[in-house]
Amino acid sequence: MREYFEKVHSHAAPLDAESVDTDTIVPKQFLKWVTRTGYGDIIFYDWRYDQEGREKDFILNQSPARDAEILLTKKNFGSGSSREHAPWGLKEFGFSVIIAPSFAEIFYQNSIKNGILPVTLSEKEVDHLFSLTVADPHAELTVDLDLNMVKASDGTIYYFEIDRFFKDMLLHGLDDIGLSLQHEADITQFETEHRVYYQPPSS
Amino acid sequence: MGRTLYEKIWEKHVVKHLEDQPSLLYIDLHLVHEVTSPQAFEGLRLKNRTVRRPDRTLATMDHNVPTTDRNEPLQDMVSQKQIDTLEKNCEEFSIPVFDLFHADQGIVHVIAPENGLTLPGQTIVCGDSHTSTHGAFGALAFGIGTSEVEHVLTTQCLKQYKSKTLAVNFNGSRPFGVEAKDIILGLIGKYGHDFATGYVIEFRGPVQEELTMEERMTICNMTIEMGGRAGLFAPDDVTFDYVQGKKYAPSGQAWEDAVQEWRTLYTDDDAVFDQEISLNVSELEPQVSWGTNPGMTTGISGHVPKEEEVEAADRNSFHKALEYMELKPGHRLQGTPVDVVFIGSCTNARIEDLRKAAAVVKGKKTDSRVHAMVVPGSMQVKKQAEEEGLDDIFLQSGFEWRNAGCSMCLGMNPDALKPGQRCASTSNRNFEGRQGSGGRTHLMSPEMAAAAALTGEITDVRRMLKEDAG
Repeated sequence: MREYFEKVHSHAAPLDAESVDTDTIVPKQFLKWVTRTGYGDIIFYDWRYDQEGREKDFILNQSPARDAEILLTKKNFGSGSSREHAPWGLKEFGFSVIIAPSFAEIFYQNSIKNGILPVTLSEKEVDHLFSLTVADPHAELTVDLDLNMVKASDGTIYYFEIDRFFKDMLLHGLDDIGLSLQHEADITQFETEHRVYYQPPSS
Repeated sequence: MGRTLYEKIWEKHVVKHLEDQPSLLYIDLHLVHEVTSPQAFEGLRLKNRTVRRPDRTLATMDHNVPTTDRNEPLQDMVSQKQIDTLEKNCEEFSIPVFDLFHADQGIVHVIAPENGLTLPGQTIVCGDSHTSTHGAFGALAFGIGTSEVEHVLTTQCLKQYKSKTLAVNFNGSRPFGVEAKDIILGLIGKYGHDFATGYVIEFRGPVQEELTMEERMTICNMTIEMGGRAGLFAPDDVTFDYVQGKKYAPSGQAWEDAVQEWRTLYTDDDAVFDQEISLNVSELEPQVSWGTNPGMTTGISGHVPKEEEVEAADRNSFHKALEYMELKPGHRLQGTPVDVVFIGSCTNARIEDLRKAAAVVKGKKTDSRVHAMVVPGSMQVKKQAEEEGLDDIFLQSGFEWRNAGCSMCLGMNPDALKPGQRCASTSNRNFEGRQGSGGRTHLMSPEMAAAAALTGEITDVRRMLKEDAG
């Protein structure tokens, strides 16, 4: 199910909150499923729906934010639990880019593996993008991973850094498990020399 | 130049350095639970791959399991299916599993150490962010996502970049009534809940000698609550004494070999950390969180910050947190009423935690307004506690005494807060809705939670401890 990341033109959904944790993105009651799909409808559940399941006045319930491919948010996005259900849900909802001043580490890795590009810009740059989106919710951004570039609706261009391997994973849909399997002989060799001291429990 | 402890463990596990990509790192122990693994096993089947080292993998059910009578079938069929799925996957791929009826079942981060599977110098991963717990042994341990679970199942390796290193020096000495939980909450409260993002932390300093293995686990457990990749204590005699004789720990000549190797696991005197900070433990008092992330924490005699005490850039989050917590700026924490007391979780549900909480409540009754429960971290902990009579102390005091699991730390099973309820909790996260939609969490030590159960409000346990001593 690897996907190829292409250039994204879209307006952004502004989520003005810091340290949005993965418990908030996918609450615990939805972690019981054994599938990778179905999470798009339930992301930010407690923020999107009231106790009767009716939509609340939350940014992702509003047009045009609900159709955005870019999520614009504040620092330390995706903190807390390692649940990959968070990027599964965000992707299924329609986001392929998340722009923030910083990301929690496990979430960042999980995003890359699911075809979501996490773009790290400075707080000042993110604030500028927020102001453009608030002024015009339809303001389009272009995110070009080839060029490590975000172009705002007012023509401002920001460049972002991303690790070369992560970039290749996104651009070419690399199967990193497959890549590791190419080193099977190295792993076997390593195992003959490396000592593990515990006695394995019986299966 | 010398090497840090982290660098020593790292280098011992690099299978292959790769140009322009992360290194291939070998994983010694892979812990698996029911919530983050089903999609990984499905991935194996779809690609016709298999589990490379079932003998270096251990599964248990903890997140989604009932803590009440286990002979009754689960009411929730979706939960039952997830538990059954792990059972079937382990059978198909020959992975050892401590299932719901196993004497060693429990929270994954409690059972691996108590069975001697967590050892110094190892690399340990699990699809759970609190895997950092195992760093207490001088093992490099961190949480991973489900795609990485699949990676480790298939290859027993992960592609990893080396992290930056951060030394945290615990200076001074522990004052009366200050527990491991207070040290780690105090640290996060001082530096903030994301200051360690991108770093592997080594906890050092004179206070290390005062800390038991279980206390070191409490501290490493919450490394992730400051964003850290992993937390480490260099192994010492306290570590070796704890490990020796455990069920799956090495014995005989293998033990001698292991200890000889483990004694090389320390940061060299001339090694350099990327960053170094310190905490004066002598100045701490018991801690309580007041907000919606673990950095929003203060001492028990303190108060919720006033508007002017919060930096301008943080005021949005501050007000949002207080609105959720239904607290006002400047609110004094002592005396805040609680509805629920939860003693449990991978942070604070080991035998020492239960002993300390039991010492506070012994011979006393919980406040009638409070629903109080103890959920031991594992069935072994439960058994040990019962042998010591702790269950009677808790039951007579008015606590419920449950079976092992993650329980109300994340409320996946029926143990969850109701909207608006306020909880004194020994767990690790006070996020919005973490313990139940609309629930409000105050993080604290087991002694502090026990004290809150007796009075029905947030209480300085030192007062009670002094009364008892006097």
